[in-house]
Amino acid sequence: MGYSGFGIIKEGLFGQKGWKPLWRDPAPKARYDAIIIGGGGHGLATAYYLAREHGLTNIAVLEKGHIGSGNIGRNTTIVRANYFLPGNQEFYSHSLKLWEGMERELNYNVMHSQRGLINLFHSDGQRDAFVRRGNAMINQGDDAILLDRDGVRSHLPYLDFDNARFPIYGGLYHPRGGTARHDAVAWGYARGADQRGVDLIQNCEVTGIDIENGVVTGVQTTRGPIKARKVGIVTAGRSGQVAAMAGMRLPIESHVLQAFVTEGLKPVIDHVVSFGMGHFYISQSDKGGLVFGGDLDFYASYAARGNLPMKEHVMEAAMTLMPMIGKARVLRSWGGIMDMTPDGSPIIDTTPTKGLFIDCGWCYGGFKAVPASGFAFAHLMATGQPHATAAKFRLDRFRTGVGLMDEEGTGSQHNLH
Amino acid sequence: MRIECPHCGERDRREFYYVGDAVALARPAPDAGPDAWDDYLHNRDNPAGDTNDLWYHEGGCGAWIVVSRNTVTHAVHRTKLAQKAAS
Amino acid sequence: MRLRNPGQTVTFTFDGKPVQGVPGEPVAAALLANGIRLMGRSFKYHRPRGVMTAGSEEPNALVTVGRGAAQDPNIRATVLEVSDGLEVFSQNAWPSLRHDALAVNDLLSPFLGAGFYYKTFMWPASFWEKLYEPVIRRAAGLGRLSGQASADCYEKAFAFCDLLVIGAGPAGLMAALTAGRAGVDVILADEDSAMGGRLLREVEDVDGRPAAAWVADVLAQLRALPNVRLMPRTTVTGAYDQGTYGALERVAAAGAPVECFWRIVAKRSVLCAGALERPIAFPDNDRPGIMLAGAVRAYVNRWGVAPGRSVTVFGNNDDAHRTARDLAAAGIKIAGLIDARPDVQVTADYPVFTGGSVTATAGRRGLSSITVAHQGGTRVIQTDCLAISGGWNPSVHLTCHMNGRPRWRDDIAAFVPTPDAIPGMAVAGACNGVFETAGCLREGAEVAAAIARDLGFTAEVTLPVAEARAYAIAPLWEIPGKGRKWVDFQNDVTTKDIALSAQENMRSVEHMKRYTTQGMAPDQGKSSNVLALAVLADLTGRGIPETGTTTFRPPFVPVGIAAMGAGGQGKGFAPTRLMTSHHATVAARAPMIEAGLWYRPSYFPLEGEVSWRQSCDREVGYARNAVGVCDVSTLGKIDVQGPDAAALLDFVYTNRMSTLKMGRVRYGLMLREDGFVMDDGTAARLGPDHFVITTTTAAAGQVMRHMEFASQVLRPDLDARVLSVTDHWAQFAVAGPRAQVLLNTVLDDQISNEDWPFMACGTVGIGGVTGRLFRISFSGETAFEIAVPARYGESLFRQLVAQARTLGGGPYGMEALNVLRIEKGLLTHAELHGRTTAFDLGLAGMVSAQKDCIGQAAASRPGLVDPARERLVGLRAVEEGRRLTAGAHLFAKDAKAVTANDQGYVTSACYSPTLDCYLGLAFLKNGPDRHGEVIRMVDHLRGVDTLAEVCHPVFFDPEGGRARG
Repeated sequence: MGYSGFGIIKEGLFGQKGWKPLWRDPAPKARYDAIIIGGGGHGLATAYYLAREHGLTNIAVLEKGHIGSGNIGRNTTIVRANYFLPGNQEFYSHSLKLWEGMERELNYNVMHSQRGLINLFHSDGQRDAFVRRGNAMINQGDDAILLDRDGVRSHLPYLDFDNARFPIYGGLYHPRGGTARHDAVAWGYARGADQRGVDLIQNCEVTGIDIENGVVTGVQTTRGPIKARKVGIVTAGRSGQVAAMAGMRLPIESHVLQAFVTEGLKPVIDHVVSFGMGHFYISQSDKGGLVFGGDLDFYASYAARGNLPMKEHVMEAAMTLMPMIGKARVLRSWGGIMDMTPDGSPIIDTTPTKGLFIDCGWCYGGFKAVPASGFAFAHLMATGQPHATAAKFRLDRFRTGVGLMDEEGTGSQHNLH
Repeated sequence: MRIECPHCGERDRREFYYVGDAVALARPAPDAGPDAWDDYLHNRDNPAGDTNDLWYHEGGCGAWIVVSRNTVTHAVHRTKLAQKAAS
Repeated sequence: MRLRNPGQTVTFTFDGKPVQGVPGEPVAAALLANGIRLMGRSFKYHRPRGVMTAGSEEPNALVTVGRGAAQDPNIRATVLEVSDGLEVFSQNAWPSLRHDALAVNDLLSPFLGAGFYYKTFMWPASFWEKLYEPVIRRAAGLGRLSGQASADCYEKAFAFCDLLVIGAGPAGLMAALTAGRAGVDVILADEDSAMGGRLLREVEDVDGRPAAAWVADVLAQLRALPNVRLMPRTTVTGAYDQGTYGALERVAAAGAPVECFWRIVAKRSVLCAGALERPIAFPDNDRPGIMLAGAVRAYVNRWGVAPGRSVTVFGNNDDAHRTARDLAAAGIKIAGLIDARPDVQVTADYPVFTGGSVTATAGRRGLSSITVAHQGGTRVIQTDCLAISGGWNPSVHLTCHMNGRPRWRDDIAAFVPTPDAIPGMAVAGACNGVFETAGCLREGAEVAAAIARDLGFTAEVTLPVAEARAYAIAPLWEIPGKGRKWVDFQNDVTTKDIALSAQENMRSVEHMKRYTTQGMAPDQGKSSNVLALAVLADLTGRGIPETGTTTFRPPFVPVGIAAMGAGGQGKGFAPTRLMTSHHATVAARAPMIEAGLWYRPSYFPLEGEVSWRQSCDREVGYARNAVGVCDVSTLGKIDVQGPDAAALLDFVYTNRMSTLKMGRVRYGLMLREDGFVMDDGTAARLGPDHFVITTTTAAAGQVMRHMEFASQVLRPDLDARVLSVTDHWAQFAVAGPRAQVLLNTVLDDQISNEDWPFMACGTVGIGGVTGRLFRISFSGETAFEIAVPARYGESLFRQLVAQARTLGGGPYGMEALNVLRIEKGLLTHAELHGRTTAFDLGLAGMVSAQKDCIGQAAASRPGLVDPARERLVGLRAVEEGRRLTAGAHLFAKDAKAVTANDQGYVTSACYSPTLDCYLGLAFLKNGPDRHGEVIRMVDHLRGVDTLAEVCHPVFFDPEGGRARG
């Protein structure tokens, strides 16, 4: 059923009895045309676009827990297209365009809010690096504005312009950047896929990948074997374990990234703001909580929880940059498992096994990539050819050194991106 | 998180720098070929469970340490100097 | 209403009105004592709300304290202690708490059910940011930040102990006492202002004395033990790896920081966090005056405050009876006791309704009556306070912080901790499902004794006599019937919302939580989680264990950013490193800029100069025409010694250092193992087994780590040691045609061009001090770097500058240094940005093929030696008066400035006073093959679009004669 303001009023008057389930809970069939392993944002979007763009509807998404229980349900919700290296540029630019049409497309309000993103810089060198980035964004057809100190002050008067250890020189303003309600993105794609006939199968853990003569034939699951000629792995931090079922060793190390939310507050931060001299980024949710994060805890982990040193570092960064939020109280912190690659950029590619595809390596930037990743991975799975916007996300780029996309310039150490 | 430095005793995690899997100890020969170097530099077992990784006691004695620990529970089983593990 | 003479009082204000309070009591108690039940408005529907609990779990009574920069929102009135002059304000209400305009939301509630916003506000697209979102944001949120930095001081500290006891109720006190007497190093932390937990709130005897008196005795004994540290007002907020705990102390001392965030490292811990009471879902169960029964007892017994004049009690367990008994004994009228269990035998001198339930409540801004359905029929009871008890939930929160899941116990209808969920943590008392005092005392003592013995102490268990009685409960979650029944009071989630969630197939407990927002408010579902999942379990026909729980995550109570980020404000965020010349430089009015943690001078202005460019151009002239002096001490310096020092350097540098002669310096390039350039610098050979190498300022730490890695991990066979000596030596560049003349004014022995040719190094005497001299140049001029032990740095700098001025030169700063190096095509981290190779930089010849070095194998990957890569070139502006800018992108002369045509980018740019034109260094596809080509440079952000000629990156003195001369 379609959602609308009219529907809200009608159901409000009649006791909300008419709302239908967002998705069915079908039993897994014995065979599908394609299987997506992983019911997170990327997996659900892949299923949606397979159905919508390629007419593939006899497909299933297999999710070990509940839909959206991975990083789509635990991120800091930032949506942006501010990359500067070929490969990333066109991909994230495409993704932002998909975001801009997502709500009408899915008939689901994911609260995509283009409130503007400001990356602050604190030295001439940082400014020049951001200028290179901003110019790349404009070359790509996206938006970027260079703010000087006064320009930043006009947007973010609450920053500490007088005493901060690293003075604010200016910022790179990306007006189309913003946030979205993360869970809603999973639910919107899930509902859209389900409406097109995709089976979303929860509590179904894949325990093996069946391969005969180098060709994938299906998967083993906790709910029995399921046949399929095409299988896509979209399992983020767990990519290593799932790929190992197909005998693959990935260029990925899994790390924990923490995030934080404060108690609800009246509007105080209107943009997404990031600090340039320590890892700290913040926005305020529509509910009023300040949502912020920092860098990885830096050690390999699957624990989905972090430790105090990084928590403290992030709060210290908050205090040096915007001490006016000192009296905001953090009510919850959590961790997500990040699939870190050696250049900080993702992988959307075929594998040595025919019919087996992989979409992984989103590091900690996967949320904003959800629509374009689903779009490109669906294209790859349906046609066997990479989509033009994701053609550089090759698995073998590390071996060959061709087309590395190391935006941070930190090299092949996984946790530094 | 606390880690036992073989020189300094148990110290807070914030004294240490983490670099990654202890595969770094097994540097291939210069002519080992692209696959060996790819495995060394990029590909990882990435276990959800016990692992050995390399930490540097940067805020302490400067020792590189092989830490045997669990990536799921964060339990630290034992530590030893990388110099001893390597030689 | 106060039940006893308060004695000394203090006066605070609530929304501007003076209120009398008793020192030590929380604001909520004082408000209740003064008949104020309306304390806040709910989040979504702006329903009138009163206090519900007597602890940090409070969902309703959140207030704002103070004003101006000190304004502190979302404070629990149940925890905030009264004090003279305290200003307390209600929040989330406009224009006033009594008359709140947004209460209209309550009338619209049929349309505002769970997740309504996901289904609308989508058209037209632009209205989200322009209209819907601003309106939603303004309506949402609880308290308000002042928007200013507070002047309050916060602090962080570390503490270490053998045993951390979390909670000082009966179990915690006995644990601390037992372990303390055994000699264990104990920290006892409790979030209350007074230790004792429920023993301060109940009427019962321990060891033949009133419980409070027993508590006082035990605390006296604990204070007398030197190995026990009591930390009241300290909430343990999180459990982390290897026995690390976070704890927030609300410091209550004049002149002290307001809060201290502790990192407590404990060999073992015992959780004695007690239990939290839970409500029952019945229609309109959220009116001011409806409270949890245990809280009502706390206000009566501990603070002598009657929350109402005519109290009713509704429960499903024996605790309800205790409440009625206590209140009646205190002289408060009990208008009725409603026990949901039909088979309970009670004799009391107040009305008792067994098999009863509350089916309706009335009272707009405070409870006035309830409707009770019972075995005998239905009755309306006039009452201004309803005490509800749906049973107790053990405080399992901390045991879940490492992803542990609690397990369900049917007999107490509650979750209890899974053993060993936190390594080293034991659990005792009510948080372990023991709900009688004697059991709590015993478990606390026994658990602590076992830990003490484990740690090698001898411990004895001595137990006081105390109340022991079974806890009997018949689970009761939702009263059937129409009406809105609140589950999560703070986020305004009712059973209807949970039903809608289930109806829409948001049946996983995590989906329900996220869809309805249940448990996502500041109280994190402390009172609502179990009730909510029980309701969901009933709706979906599953059991509670099968439905499962959401995860409790740190912190246990909200922690201020200022507390956990204490020390970070202002300059505290990072250490400051100052060069020895700092004071002399600041005295010369040089603007200082950050270079990593260092401060370096931008330029040294002279009288009459109005722009930095004037100063910079003059300083460039010093080096080109006379002599300039620059403090370069920030560059990393690493001492490398040992028989295999040269071999180690051969391994970390691309070029060979083992062939370097004594007394000579060589430029060196270091790669990361992935083949990209990490850093460049110089290696000077001071002795057969002794080198000192330099790094760039930015990479000093990274290179040191890398050298240690190379020596300890990759080449432990080499006998060489590395040591950072960056801070030990002050080092100054002396550059320009008169550099040698200047040096001869300070050196003990005169030097000549013959003795000190280009790239020579050695020991020199400066006023009797032994220093080092390196003839190296980052300016392309005849130049030296002279180094002295850091304590002589300032003196030497002053002397060099004074002598330079007599020679027509002077000091130069970072701006001039940058121009000098760009004119010479020398590199900094603008070019060595981590994505460039020796090949890109035109330095492929420096990678020796005759030996192994770090990065060599990976640098030969096809993608790293592709001629089409963006490679270093020089750019010379060709349009009169048009500048070149760093960060601009490059295109073929007639190409459109779009990604598809992107040919490269500018890394560094400057105006060259020497060559009188704008210069740039850039990376350009096929760059070295394109010298002479005119290309387009576009900097959209700065509005620059100009043409530039591609050239060799060394613009000035390409033959290098000046540096050698």
